Order: sequence, then C-alpha cells, then structure tokens
Amino acid sequence: MSNGAATEVVEVATQSQSSRAFQSAGRRLFNWVAGLAILFGLWWIGGYLIYINPDTTTFADFGPIPTFEAFPILWEDGTIQAAVSASGYRLGIGLLIAICVGVPIGILLGRSRTFRELSNSPFQLLRMISPLSWEPIAVIVFVTWNQAIIFLIAIAAVWPVAFSTAAGLAKVDPAWFKVAKNLGAKPWHMISKIILPAIAFDILTGIRLALGVAWIVLVPAEFLGVTSGLGYSIEDARETLSYNHLTAMVLVIGVLGYLLDSTCAMAIKRFSWHRQT
Amino acid sequence: MAVRGVNIKIEDLTHRYSSRSPVTFDKVNVEAQAGEALVIIGRSGCGKSTLLHIVAGLLGKTSGSVRLDDKEVTGPSSRWVMMFQAPHLFPWMKVSQNVGVGLSFAGWPEKKIRERVAEALALVHLEEYADNNVQDLSGGQQQRVALARSLVMEPELLLLDEPFSALDAFTRAALQRDVRSIGKELGINLVMVTHDIDEAVLMADRALVMAGAPGKIVHDLRVDLPDPRERQDPAVQATRSRLMQIFHDAAHAPSGSSSGSEADNGDPPATEPESVGIKQHV
Repeated sequence: MSNGAATEVVEVATQSQSSRAFQSAGRRLFNWVAGLAILFGLWWIGGYLIYINPDTTTFADFGPIPTFEAFPILWEDGTIQAAVSASGYRLGIGLLIAICVGVPIGILLGRSRTFRELSNSPFQLLRMISPLSWEPIAVIVFVTWNQAIIFLIAIAAVWPVAFSTAAGLAKVDPAWFKVAKNLGAKPWHMISKIILPAIAFDILTGIRLALGVAWIVLVPAEFLGVTSGLGYSIEDARETLSYNHLTAMVLVIGVLGYLLDSTCAMAIKRFSWHRQT
Repeated sequence: MAVRGVNIKIEDLTHRYSSRSPVTFDKVNVEAQAGEALVIIGRSGCGKSTLLHIVAGLLGKTSGSVRLDDKEVTGPSSRWVMMFQAPHLFPWMKVSQNVGVGLSFAGWPEKKIRERVAEALALVHLEEYADNNVQDLSGGQQQRVALARSLVMEPELLLLDEPFSALDAFTRAALQRDVRSIGKELGINLVMVTHDIDEAVLMADRALVMAGAPGKIVHDLRVDLPDPRERQDPAVQATRSRLMQIFHDAAHAPSGSSSGSEADNGDPPATEPESVGIKQHV
C-alpha cells in the first residue's frame, strides 16, 4: 500500500471514529432533552387535569404555567437568592464537617482492624437512625436552629463519606504501601501521596452520596424553627396558599440538587485514575 | 548519576514468621564485595524472597545480622532499594511523577527532582514517555519505569525480587541485559532472586543456590563470563549446565545437608566460591 493510500485509510478511520463520537453525543443530548420534555409534559397534563376539575381548580397554580410566571416575581423580590444562600450555607458547612470527620474515620476503618471491629456495631446502629429523629435532641443541645440544622446535615452525610472511604481503602493494592515504604515514605506521605489519591474516587463517590442524603434532610429540617432557606420558603408559600411560589421553589430545589450532583459527577470523573472499560 | 556499591555481610541470618511457624531459613551467611551482582536461585518456598525483604529492611529478622558497609540494616533506606515482581506503579501519577516519588518523599526541590528524573528515564530509554499515564505503557515499559524509580534514588544496592517473571521473553531478555549493564555502569551491587537458571547465568557475578527446609545457601558459584552475555554462547551454556546440575543435586540432597563452597553444619561459608565460566575455557 502506498503512503498516500495509507494516510487516506487513517484519515477515513479517524473521520469514522469522530463521526461515531458525534452521533453518540447527539443521541445522549436528544435523550436528555426528551426525558425532561416527558417530565414537563406529564406535569403539564397533571396541571391541566387539576385545572379543569371544579373540585381541584383551586390548586391549578401547581401547574407549569403559573409556576413559570412566579419565577420573575420570586427572583425580583430576592426570595430565591436568599433561600438558596441560606440553605447553601447550611449544606456547605454540614457537608464540610461530614467530610472532615468522615474521611479520617474511613481511613481508620480501612487501616485498623481493631478500630474496624470495635466501631462496627456502634456505627451500624448510629447509621440506621433517621437523621431527622435527631432534631429534638439537636434543638436542645445547640443554641440556634441554624446550628441544629447543620448538625442534622452533618450526621446524615458523615456515614456515606466514612464507609465509602473505608471501602476504597480496602481495595487499595497493599503493594503500593510496600513500595512507598521502600522509597522512604513517612506516615504523612502515605496519607497525602498514596492513600488520598488512591481513594479519591471513592471519597468523591461518598461525598456525592452524602450530598444526596444531605439535600433530602435539608428541606424538612428547615420546615421548623428557621425563617430562611429553601425548606422555609416552601412552608411559607404553603401557609400563604401561594401554590405557584411553592412549586417554583420545589423546582429550584430539584434544579439545584441536579446541578450539585452533576458537579460531583464531573469531579469524580476529573479526579478518578480508574480507566473506563 | 554518581553512585557506588556496598560491601554486604549477612551473618547467621535466621527467620521464622512467628514462634509457631517453621523456620523459613537458617543461619544464612553471605558476603559480597562492592559492585558485585548476586543472584539467589531456588525453588518456590525456600525463603529467597523473604531473605531479600530482610536485606531491604522491609521485614524483621529472627536472629543474625545484615550489614552493609558494616552498618546494620534496621529498616528501608534510599541506599538500598527493592524492585518487585510487578512494577506496582502509582496509576494516579504520570511516568515522571512515579520516577520522582522517592525524591519527593526525601524532600528534594522540584527542579532537582525534574533533572534527576530526566537522567533516570534516559538510563532506561523512556525519555519520551515522561508525561504519559503509566496505564498506557506496556508491561515491559512499566517495569522500566519501576527500575528508573529505584535508580533515581542512587542506591548502592539494588534488590530485585523476580522483577522480570511476568514479562514476555523478548522484553525479559532486553531488561536482563539493561539492568546488568546499568548496574555495572553505576558500580552498584545487585542482589536478585529468581527461579530462572538462564536469568541467573545472564545476570550474576555469583549465583547462590538456596534449597532445603529450612532454606540454606547450599552452593555459591562464581560466574566469570564476559559482557554482554548471550544465551547461545557455549560458555553461557556450560555455566547453565553446571548450575542446573548443582540445582538438581541440591533438590535431591537429604534435608539439612549442604554442599559447594558452603561447609556443612551451618559453619560459615568458604571465602572463595566455586568458579566457572570463561576463565575455565581460556
């Protein structure tokens, strides 16, 4: 085969490969849009059925059109920004505490058999307690409602982080420790250069799970006591019978949760060294 | 890179994993001069890898001593570095980061690490792969990275625990030749464990045959052959046959007996090992 023909074959193969990648991306985008369109369609049908039924027409504001009409109002009076900011602060601090506590616990669980055996039953017991059942105790223990909510988020989020970290460590090749020791690694090198990069994927997966749990706990935790946040704004809209505001805030929760989860998924992809097969 | 070898003195080294487990090897005595390449051969389970781990300071001994230039080995050190059967590279690091990781543990500045890593990669002919992901390399290239990672520490003693056993024949032959020539070029000691007699002949200045349960060094054979050594060379073939005979005799000798240059009853080995190779043919 001549050089020119070989180059042509390579070019055709490359074009075919990029064409397949383009088609795959196009298919994914189409399905993504179609999925959301189906959800929106079901919501619209539901809203229309509520609207045409005289018994339920009072709740017609739950439909998509009144909801989208509410967005500019909620944005202009600062309701969305204030709620997102207050909830974001609680979620961020709660998750940070969960990570700071959960990762070292996970490393200990993975590295120390004594600690693992000693802590197994208490941790499993504590893990199975619904985070919201701590609320009355948290309200008594903490000075402010804000602190109590942060505690509830942290207690809900700590377990996925800790157990995912421990599971990641269990999969780490023990030879890496031997090699690192052989090359003069000190204990802090083992943690910073070997353990943490080796299990970054598992820690981030744990954080992603923790975020999901924390997001679920956050909204009901904000129903009581506080006068800010996404949970409060929903409760406030319900009490004032502003159903379109209520649905708009529910939509904000959904979109924000989706964006946070997608960010976590991107971080997992970015920091993972595992090869996709 | 400027390094030198080390005088090795292993005296009455004995090991057992626990008080209940059998003795892995008993009263092993080995001496080697700076720059010598020792290859320990023996069947699986005779304790040769354990011996290597103790010399590397990665495993504790039961009794006896391991001295390098009269200094007792009490733990791992950048002066004696081990290469394992598998490369065990860190997959989250690039090739250059893997090679320089030991220097970063030692607190070297980034600029100096880069310079030293470039030298080490040149030694193993992987200069062009510095920025590659180690997962993209072949098995042989990964083992070369592991070799560079060991050499970058400028060790006086390189310990090799069957490092080529998982490689294909062509890659293995190339690495055997390269490791020996790099060792000689740098003047460092090599202590290698293998159960491949060809490999022992191609790489050793002295081949130590380990056998028995508990394990003992039952023969010490000096391999005086010129470099580069070729498998089909009659002198290499003759040494291989001799070593095979020793290995066979050792395997069929009654338990506890020893032969070759090492005396019976756990006495210290003879100062001069048996010598075969080119000197016998000239």
